[in-house]
Amino acid sequence: MSLLNTPFWEVFLASFDPAAWKSLVPAIWETLYMVGITCVITLVGGVILGLILTVTNTFGLLPIVWLNRSLSAVVNCLRSLPQMIMIILMIPVARMILGKAYGVNACIIALAASCIPMFARLVESSLLEIEKGKVDAAKAMGSSSFQIIFRIMIPETLPSLIRGFTVAIIAVISMTALAGNFGAGGIGDIAVRFGFQRFQHEVLFAAVYVLVALVQLVQFAGDAASKILLKKRHLI
Amino acid sequence: MSKPLIEARGVSRVYADADGGGVEALLDVSLEISKGEFVSLIGPSGCGKTTLLRLIAGLDEPQRGEALLDGVKIEGPSSERGYVFQHVNLFPWFTVEQNIAAGLKARGVYKERKDDVKAFVRLAGLEGFEKSYPHQISGGMAQRASLARALINDPKVLLLDEPLGALDSFTRFALQDIILDLWEKRGATMIFVTHDVDEAIYLSDRVVIMTPRPGRISEIIDVGFERPRHRNDAGFMKLRASILEKLNLVGERKAPEYFL
Repeated sequence: MSLLNTPFWEVFLASFDPAAWKSLVPAIWETLYMVGITCVITLVGGVILGLILTVTNTFGLLPIVWLNRSLSAVVNCLRSLPQMIMIILMIPVARMILGKAYGVNACIIALAASCIPMFARLVESSLLEIEKGKVDAAKAMGSSSFQIIFRIMIPETLPSLIRGFTVAIIAVISMTALAGNFGAGGIGDIAVRFGFQRFQHEVLFAAVYVLVALVQLVQFAGDAASKILLKKRHLI
Repeated sequence: MSKPLIEARGVSRVYADADGGGVEALLDVSLEISKGEFVSLIGPSGCGKTTLLRLIAGLDEPQRGEALLDGVKIEGPSSERGYVFQHVNLFPWFTVEQNIAAGLKARGVYKERKDDVKAFVRLAGLEGFEKSYPHQISGGMAQRASLARALINDPKVLLLDEPLGALDSFTRFALQDIILDLWEKRGATMIFVTHDVDEAIYLSDRVVIMTPRPGRISEIIDVGFERPRHRNDAGFMKLRASILEKLNLVGERKAPEYFL
């Protein structure tokens, strides 16, 4: 059913028909799988990278300027690539690591390569906002650098880290849809194959609903989690 | 007195300013403090009193000279030097109780000394507020919590960086007595940075007057009055007047901030 020869209203109604969802439902699972795995990788990689970027800077806890500068340069390089180019660029890398250049797992490599640096910058900017006095207070009571990172810096910025991670998850979802174009499968793949190549606009509509719902859900969960923490601390 | 507990030997600290020049926060400052003494550092902004305190805390390093505790050079912060901040700096994600216990946890002795936390909550007069978060309690209570948090580590010296600067005068008077009480009961050595001449005279054995640009000690005054002291005593007033005069003589503009 195409918008070219069918009124919008009918396409809209058809988008709720089980027929439109037949091929979409398995794709939703693929997308959730990709987003899930990528988010875990992004969370771990981004927090580690963001922490290193923060503590090694000139005024940081453990200043190692050369490491900070080189990491920062690498992050900037990765971040300067548009997501689509990153996906194409990671095709040979995926082939090298996984033996095949298409499919869900191959796509995760590109997603991670693009989202880790972004989330790392968000983590860094959150951590840099910490009042110096709190770190001093922790130092003065005899905390080690390790304790300061895990007992002070991360708990202090947790609400803001959660908000940053929410942004990152949404970026992952949008990039996953894009990656569908390049053999990753998932909702993006369905949207392109049915909505663009076959003019089955009711399927495209259904794919849009799912993406919108996903993003809303993530944003809602992220806002709620950070709000609960702030409420617990009586900061709001 | 025999060997001083704390000693600053010709310490200098220069901070880079915006034009790439240097601001001499401290220039060749030497000071000896004995065990059990209550010393106040007083002077206008920029005279280096906080810088000196941070050097002793190990939160900053001198570019020349050295600070010593018990004859050992101070390198980096340690739990044997407690620090109380003007901005309290309680950890907002911890309850009052957890904040006070933070030092024990940092040193890994929380399990053995769990009962002490209760004692220090009582010491700070915060019973009933153990489970409150810092943003739920008043400024005075927060500062009491931060005093307890610093004292629970049994520091050899307690460094107080304008701890009462942000409080209203009623709370301030009350906390001055609490600090004195803690000092007397625990026999702690205290170094107290303040802008307030009355406060310095009321609390200290010695008042160290500092002058800015470059930060230097201009005079050390032995207070020597009997405790408890009375703020309206003739001797108290006279000393107050003479210190104010000395501070005015250093070329600050009119209406300096320490009249507040």
